[in-house]
Amino acid sequence: MKQLVVVGNGMTGVACVEQVLKHAPRFEITIFGDETHVNYNRILLSSVLAGEKAADEITLSPLEWYQRNDIRLRLGVRIVDVDADLKTVRGDDGSVTSYDTLLLATGSSPFMPRIEGLDRENVFAFRTLDDTRKLLQRAGPGVKAVVIGGGLLGLEAARGLQVQGCNVTVVHLMPTLMERQLDPNAGNYLAGKMEDLGIRVLLGRTTTAVVGNGHAEGVALEDGTIVEADLVVVAAGIRPNVELAYKAGLNVNRGIVVNDHMETSDPDIFAVGECVEHRGVCYGLVAPLLEQGKVLAATITANKGPVYTGTIQAAKLKIMGVDVFSAGDWSEQNAEPVCYEDRALGVYKKLTVRDGKLAGVILVGDTSDSHRYMDWLRAQTDLSGQRRHLLFPPPGSDAGLDIAQMAESATICGCVGVTKGAIIHAIHQEGVNTLSQLKEATRASTGCGSCTALCQDILKAVAPEFEEETKRVICGCVPFSQDALREILRSQRLKSVQEVLEIYGNGQGCEVCKPALSYMLDMIWCGDHDEDRSARFINDRVHANIQKDGTFSVVPRIRGGVTTPDELRRIADVADKYHVPMVKITGSQRIDLLGIKKEDLPQVWADLGMPSGQAYTKGFRMVKTCVGTEFCRFGTQDSTAAGIELERRFEQLYTPHKVKMASVGCPRNCAEATVKDIGLVGQEGGWQVVVGGAAGKSVRKADLLITVETTDAALEAAELFFQYYREQANYLERTYDFVERFGIDKVRKETVYAPAPVKQGLLDRLRKSKTRARDAWHEGQAPVHPTQFIPIQAIEGVHA
Amino acid sequence: MSHEVRQKPDTAGRPRWIPVTACDNIPLREGRAARVGDREIAIFNFGDRFLAVDNRCPHKGGPLCDGIVAGDCVVCPLHAWKVSLETGAIERPATASACVRTYPTRVEAGVVLVELPADPKARSATDTTGGGRAA
Repeated sequence: MKQLVVVGNGMTGVACVEQVLKHAPRFEITIFGDETHVNYNRILLSSVLAGEKAADEITLSPLEWYQRNDIRLRLGVRIVDVDADLKTVRGDDGSVTSYDTLLLATGSSPFMPRIEGLDRENVFAFRTLDDTRKLLQRAGPGVKAVVIGGGLLGLEAARGLQVQGCNVTVVHLMPTLMERQLDPNAGNYLAGKMEDLGIRVLLGRTTTAVVGNGHAEGVALEDGTIVEADLVVVAAGIRPNVELAYKAGLNVNRGIVVNDHMETSDPDIFAVGECVEHRGVCYGLVAPLLEQGKVLAATITANKGPVYTGTIQAAKLKIMGVDVFSAGDWSEQNAEPVCYEDRALGVYKKLTVRDGKLAGVILVGDTSDSHRYMDWLRAQTDLSGQRRHLLFPPPGSDAGLDIAQMAESATICGCVGVTKGAIIHAIHQEGVNTLSQLKEATRASTGCGSCTALCQDILKAVAPEFEEETKRVICGCVPFSQDALREILRSQRLKSVQEVLEIYGNGQGCEVCKPALSYMLDMIWCGDHDEDRSARFINDRVHANIQKDGTFSVVPRIRGGVTTPDELRRIADVADKYHVPMVKITGSQRIDLLGIKKEDLPQVWADLGMPSGQAYTKGFRMVKTCVGTEFCRFGTQDSTAAGIELERRFEQLYTPHKVKMASVGCPRNCAEATVKDIGLVGQEGGWQVVVGGAAGKSVRKADLLITVETTDAALEAAELFFQYYREQANYLERTYDFVERFGIDKVRKETVYAPAPVKQGLLDRLRKSKTRARDAWHEGQAPVHPTQFIPIQAIEGVHA
Repeated sequence: MSHEVRQKPDTAGRPRWIPVTACDNIPLREGRAARVGDREIAIFNFGDRFLAVDNRCPHKGGPLCDGIVAGDCVVCPLHAWKVSLETGAIERPATASACVRTYPTRVEAGVVLVELPADPKARSATDTTGGGRAA
């Protein structure tokens, strides 16, 4: 059998080999890869950086695939020379391998512009999984990162780093972002959206040097400005890897020159992917590369016939909340531009029409129609009959209908090149019922993933036994994970539950998502949101706990469990006056008045003259204390004072689930601090702060967060964890689940051991929320609605 | 049956529209309990219309007026039974066969009116007279 040697184990090389394998077996195949990983999805590296995917989740071809197909895989070996006469390649390990057919799939390398100091430590490219891992190791809260280059990759890197907690600045040479894919207007929208995410964008600025003593400390710009940086990422474009082609004596321009059959100037050497130049164009996006691979596979397996004629370039930015899409030629030269713009919403759409056909498209802020435009581009559809509907299709078609109207030949997955017909074939012939099966069978949606929803729709419409795979969404009304929702609320500046439901959900909501969204909005905007009581559970509408008979229980705040005879007398008087059926001491050192009618709540609160104990809400509840040094002969710390102070700092705040605390004056732990959400355990000379404990439905001993010397430090540690939990936990996730999910190491690293600015950020947001919070029982005297507590009597008697 | 009803043959025993309260007294997407004669009715404000049902969940008698609205359903605050405010049917749990009584509503001059069904005793009286008219 003939020897096929493939140089390059990336997406294109392997995809081409997959195609070669589909033809009759005629090769023994060897693949060399200079990276040490099996073939992975390079497009998703930005998702790995953003923490959306784990490194092993982006593997495309596992080791078994190579074994199953009898492919010799040599990883970590770089081919350094080709001898086209002897037909051998030489690796940097000294090995020499003969070939009958050589396939160069060497891809491209990051372009390193002429900038001084790029050799300093903590300067990285963003091209490989290893680059990504290194970035992840160094990125973190408070780290200052500069990304040089405001193209697709640079922006995705910037966002990823920011998600990891970095303060990110993008420095871009050109006056607008992504100028190769976007016109200046679209570029400006994009810059605004990036700034809204909190990423600083410097435009029209030339970087001259990375400065610093051994490692990067800053980036110097031409105008003399120094931008501070602990971490520098260079994303200034890519260059085809053509050195081997030179050595083999091939015809090389910018890339390795290939014809429509993907042949080079040497009959035994072929090239595919980012390293080639076809009809004067070098491609850097995955879809064209896979098309090339198909043609090439036919050529080298003696099935020469299919030709590659070029691909319409399309690009989509993969940043949640920043929708940007561009395809084709959107220059206005000899073309008729058709534009739509809504500055307030940040939506900009531009089509260019040439000779009655779509030439190019730019979409910012709403990319939902990108598939339609790509179909028009690919098919060169005559649009003269629908000029009035280019930007707004006739309304009122349901998803099923849309799919029915789509041609069999319409491309669904642009990355891998899967048509609607191919998907339907897989469903009928291979029994595909789920998205994973579809991925396995057709590879559809394994590229950038933007066609996932469309694939789902087709499955839903066509597959007889379609099974929706459950992603961990909050509920069907707003089908997003809570992480994604928090991100959406922040980046889109949404402030009311109804708004979120209307834009991202079914417009209605339910008892699951409404309280969750209410919580998120209150937390994210530190109380400066549009409070909507209809989205709150009844307990949070009337600030009391509903009981089985529809009456309510009232628990006044008794900070640290320390009360006075006067308070006790008032409580007793209220119990008498309202004939309270049960007065009970709770497990949390509080007093519960049970069986109060809704309409009596305001007067009960007024008579008590005490603040709300918030025993009814997903929020901070109370701090249970022991008597500490005040009276106890074993006490080492003043646990009651600390408990009362904790209670003052946290009361009135909402949390993902209830938060119960305790403060004890010695390790005897009489108030059970080690099974509380947050516990302060006094010891000789200081405090232990413990978190994530539970003694309810679950029992869990709390983890040690930190040991500190002073009460102030203990209170601050508690505050850091409290706010961190508020910001990071899912709604209805107790601290004990949250701490287990995150791991106490991560929690420590991002709270008590976080850099000073990160800690300050947590404390600032906590204080801001606290400033806006009010004692809910004030609504007894100043109700938010006239009938908040009062039942309605019909105006007219029934028997009148 | 009261003496008064017998004196009004036009309305006696027929469904009656009762003005209940100003629309503003029921906040958008919330419910309120209203005492209408000897009934307690939960009335919900959907912006463009009001929906009314008996204010007792068929499960354990929970106050439906205090529930969260989900589409055209309300979710009982006690055990999350989901009740259709359009039909009165129990949407969750699926096994429940009970039903909540619904009441037609309309708005007139900023006031919500609820239609009470015919008094069963009054209806029998009306049916008799009605039968008489037909004969």
